[in-house]
Amino acid sequence: MEQIIQQLINGISLGSIYALIALGYTMVYGIINLINFAHGDIYMVGAYVGYALTTFFGLGFLPSLLLAMLTCSILGIIIEKVAYKPIRNSTRISALITAISVSLFLQYTMMYFVSPQTRTFPNVLKGSRITFLNGNVMLDTKNIYILAITVLLMVGLQYIVHKTKIGKSMRAASLDREAAQLMGVDVDKTISFTFAIGSALAGAAGVLVGVYYNTINPLMGTVPGLKAFVAAVLGGIGIIPGAMFGGFFLGMVETMVSAYGGSIIKDAVAFGILILVLLVKPNGLLGKTIKEKV
Amino acid sequence: MLELENVNVYYGAIHALKNLSLKIEEGEIVTLIGANGAGKSTTLKAISGLVRPESGKIKLYGKEIQSLNPPEIVKLGISHVPEGRRIFAKMSVMENLEMGAYTRTDKSEVKKDFEMVFSLFPRLLERKEQLAGTLSGGEQQMLAIGRGLMARPKFLLLDEPSMGLAPIIVKEIFSIIKDINETGTTILLVEQNANLALKTADRAYIIRNGEIEMEGHAKELLNDDRVKKAYLEG
Repeated sequence: MEQIIQQLINGISLGSIYALIALGYTMVYGIINLINFAHGDIYMVGAYVGYALTTFFGLGFLPSLLLAMLTCSILGIIIEKVAYKPIRNSTRISALITAISVSLFLQYTMMYFVSPQTRTFPNVLKGSRITFLNGNVMLDTKNIYILAITVLLMVGLQYIVHKTKIGKSMRAASLDREAAQLMGVDVDKTISFTFAIGSALAGAAGVLVGVYYNTINPLMGTVPGLKAFVAAVLGGIGIIPGAMFGGFFLGMVETMVSAYGGSIIKDAVAFGILILVLLVKPNGLLGKTIKEKV
Repeated sequence: MLELENVNVYYGAIHALKNLSLKIEEGEIVTLIGANGAGKSTTLKAISGLVRPESGKIKLYGKEIQSLNPPEIVKLGISHVPEGRRIFAKMSVMENLEMGAYTRTDKSEVKKDFEMVFSLFPRLLERKEQLAGTLSGGEQQMLAIGRGLMARPKFLLLDEPSMGLAPIIVKEIFSIIKDINETGTTILLVEQNANLALKTADRAYIIRNGEIEMEGHAKELLNDDRVKKAYLEG
């Protein structure tokens, strides 16, 4: 029993990270039907920005988090303008190849500048440990911070997407780009904004991971990026609540599998889920094929 | 006044509009009729900026607008209700109408226009919070027109509002189109249902293979033997 609770706590933290990354995947896919495989590397850049700000500039946790988010959103906008916009009307395969190229470009540029070595993220979030159930379950306050920040960001995202004008234009453009243009939506601006928001969330995830697991390296984005992609597909790609659900679900499953002796196969389980979802319910668990009346 | 002068549009190698010229005076209902693929929708898309003419001029009150993009054209007072309704299925009826007013900043006037749209289409008021994709075909067409009106256009471009709808609903929608026109909105109506379109409009253009084949008063064309044979019978 204690072990299950303990793993639940760990699973929620890991799930928060996946969910934050998955949101960016799903939003970008929703609006331009592109699987942005560079998204995991934006998360990596976020972690390094957080590292630099805390280590070299001595900034605290919160300012570093916000600045990392800002940097990543600018990076996201630039990537879209430089790499994806020129091929927006090309075939899907060229878009996919471009996304993979951007991913490799970010990884190895980063490696050139910061060296491939693993770095230790400073302990900026002084967590205290709370033990309960006779000391068998340990709750680090970091876990609470991570969950709180994730939830806060998600609530903020939901607010933007549903209540603000720019959010409504994002949804309209993802449903029907041409019709949105006829309403007067500047689609280029809307796409930029989508990349900015998605990348900011990835940046936040990067800093949170640095704080939680303490180590970062230039290739750290690859596997979580792919896992977040699985999470996005699991919840139904293009569906924002789906990405949240998928992230937490996957984090939980992975932690449970590791805890009960399967840590070697935890990645296999994650990708097994992807295969299963694609076979059984390709629209994702929250996805519906809504029949539109004609 | 909205004018097209010798407009040419190409889709790759296909010459979709060939030196097309037409003119819409303020307050009119002008209809553009023709067969499938004749270039009716392309004409509307050229006006609203979705396709760019290779050559020719499109003038709104004498000002050239052919190189503007769709948002700029909406702001100038031209609203395009596209073929197949193209409502935002996963947004509510209210949100669809809000999208229609996207470029507007006069909040209190926008509010009045919500009421105007709801009085034209009371059924939309009943379904205000419903997702637009769950509406019936006729209601979706009403929503598409209402959404177009939310931009408070001087010119309303309607593409096939009768498409796929039961005759009784078509009748209702066309009577509302006349009401909209009577409140001062100029209408360019594209239709495959030539009979109905000619009965509704003041003037008409008949388009064939991207060219204007005939033009005139709607009533006259309705009784023209060639028109009868090609578009009204069978």
